Amino acid sequence: MAETLAAPAPVGQRTSRSLGTSRSRRRYWIILSILLVLAVGFAFGLLAWDNPMPFSTSGFWRIAELRAANLVVMVIVAICQATATVSFQTVANNRIVTPSIMGFESLYVAVQTSAVYFLGAAGVIALQGLPQFLLQIALMVAFALVLYGWLLSGRYANLQIMLLIGIIIGGGLGSVATFMQRLLTPSEFDVLAARLFGNISNAHTEYLPVAIPLCIVPAVLLWLNARRLNIVSLGRESSIGLGLNHRAELMKVLFLVSILMAVSTALVGPMTFLGFLVATLAYQFADSYDHRLVFPVAALTCFVVLSGAYFVMRNIFYAHGVVSIVIELVGGAVFLFVILRKGRL
Amino acid sequence: MISLSEVLKEYSSEVAIGPVDLEIPRGGITALVGPNGAGKSTLLTMIGRLLGLDAGTIEIAGYDVASTPSKDLAKIVSILRQENHFITRLTVRQLVAFGRFPYSKGRLTVADEKIVSEAIDFLGLGVLENRYLDQLSGGQRQRAYVAMVLSQDTEYVLLDEPLNNLDMRHSVQMMQHLHRAAEELGRTIVIVLHDINFAGHYADRICAMKEGRVVEFGTPAEILTDDVLTRVFDTPVRVIDGPNGPLAVYY
Ligand SMILES: Nc1ncnc2c1ncn2[C@@H]1O[C@H](COP(=O)(O)OP(=O)(O)OP(=O)(O)O)[C@@H](O)[C@H]1O
Ligand SMILES: [Mg+2]
Repeated sequence: MAETLAAPAPVGQRTSRSLGTSRSRRRYWIILSILLVLAVGFAFGLLAWDNPMPFSTSGFWRIAELRAANLVVMVIVAICQATATVSFQTVANNRIVTPSIMGFESLYVAVQTSAVYFLGAAGVIALQGLPQFLLQIALMVAFALVLYGWLLSGRYANLQIMLLIGIIIGGGLGSVATFMQRLLTPSEFDVLAARLFGNISNAHTEYLPVAIPLCIVPAVLLWLNARRLNIVSLGRESSIGLGLNHRAELMKVLFLVSILMAVSTALVGPMTFLGFLVATLAYQFADSYDHRLVFPVAALTCFVVLSGAYFVMRNIFYAHGVVSIVIELVGGAVFLFVILRKGRL
Repeated sequence: MISLSEVLKEYSSEVAIGPVDLEIPRGGITALVGPNGAGKSTLLTMIGRLLGLDAGTIEIAGYDVASTPSKDLAKIVSILRQENHFITRLTVRQLVAFGRFPYSKGRLTVADEKIVSEAIDFLGLGVLENRYLDQLSGGQRQRAYVAMVLSQDTEYVLLDEPLNNLDMRHSVQMMQHLHRAAEELGRTIVIVLHDINFAGHYADRICAMKEGRVVEFGTPAEILTDDVLTRVFDTPVRVIDGPNGPLAVYY
């Protein structure tokens, strides 16, 4: 290495760590702090704003407690959607896909619709309860595993084909659901429609003891896997070359992603573009390839988007039912914008 | 030693690579040459276990590439592919540091950083090490990829057209370095080259492929003849005596 002509960078500053320069480090921590402040601000706002009781009376706390459950749901959804989407995009090697296109949402819609179709308005009630909640999650995870397992173990194992088949199955389930919806009475349809838009108030407090661990455990496992995900993001060949068992890694990540997506969907309903919106923003904010940096930013961003949207819609427009519609609208617009700007999928 | 026996890859009923039987001895540089579509990249990626075989076996240093765990092979063999593109926002140094993954599992030690620095400096990327990959020229990026492979620090190194996009100076520097690595560190280097004169000058052995088969294997002196080169490349080649050994003239 004697004939090096270019001057090497000064010793002591040379590091391969992400956030190697003090400038990027400062930038990252400033953004993280801003997100944290916003998150705490919105959380406090949702708890305390418009609380009819005077601050720090027992009535105030009782109302705040009721609202806190909603907040916990938002935290769960934020962690699920953000972690799942970032991981999924990495294993798919594509920054504009979202795991919801894998058919989770169509499955959720199909299950909800058939319940109402076969049982009438009572069907929605029949789907509420802890066992039913668990069953829905199990169904969605099983669906995903069968699909992944089947498609990734074949000779033509190919993620693109898997995505395509996921979309097709999703489309098929969606059509079946639409067909059943046509046969519902208007009042039944009304009951159903409320369940088919992602809505934080869809969640029931009784689900939380199950939903919390089902969200935390996969998210922590993915976080612990972050260094491997960095390698996976280099693509199949490079990760094999660096000693990863790429297919095993893929299956592991997809399994965890499917649990997270199933929990989020079963809890609050479909949120198609939320994950995409948040992952795109998180990569802009974190400005790094390193999943250990991207995950926290993504989860915080997701919580800020959710809680911010709820806060604004509830307290300024008095319309908290349409929050997810607004988020989806913004997410969808960003999605289109990114596709049009990149000019490819 | 790298040994291939009855190695076969069938892309379709018309296009098949192999069957190839080949022994690449330990140490030194082996150049893989041949016309476009001869199967050089296919063979190299199969040796580097990035592509499955349809038949046959490949062993590197006695390890069967199909059955040895990938993480063990990653400390024995490294491979540079012909095409590389990474979508993530990476700096040169971060990319090169990925080469240490088989050892560090992502937790870089001081020793790892030192090897990364060496690989970067050798390829003259010191001043560029904090640039993002998408801010580099084609040749600079190619050098970054090669630096990543070198930082993996393996006994067997497979390089598919590493001189792609490189200017004269960097091509010569890279070949000199590889030559020294083979000589002094006992590395076994298999390299796909299109410039037959580079192969003739720097390689210890040349393996010529054509239409999916190995058609010649020998020392540069044996391969660099009018006869053999004309046959392999299907184009008239004359070999003359140059100042530094035989020189193939084909333009
Ligand atoms: N994925 C693939 N599917 C089908 N055929 C392929 C595939 N990859 C390569 N081939 C075919 O196999 C043959 C060998 O290709 P290969 O890339 O190994 O050639 P090469 O010797 O590296 O050529 P070059 O000098 O152009 O890099 C070619 O005929 C090519 O068309
Ligand atoms: Mg090739």
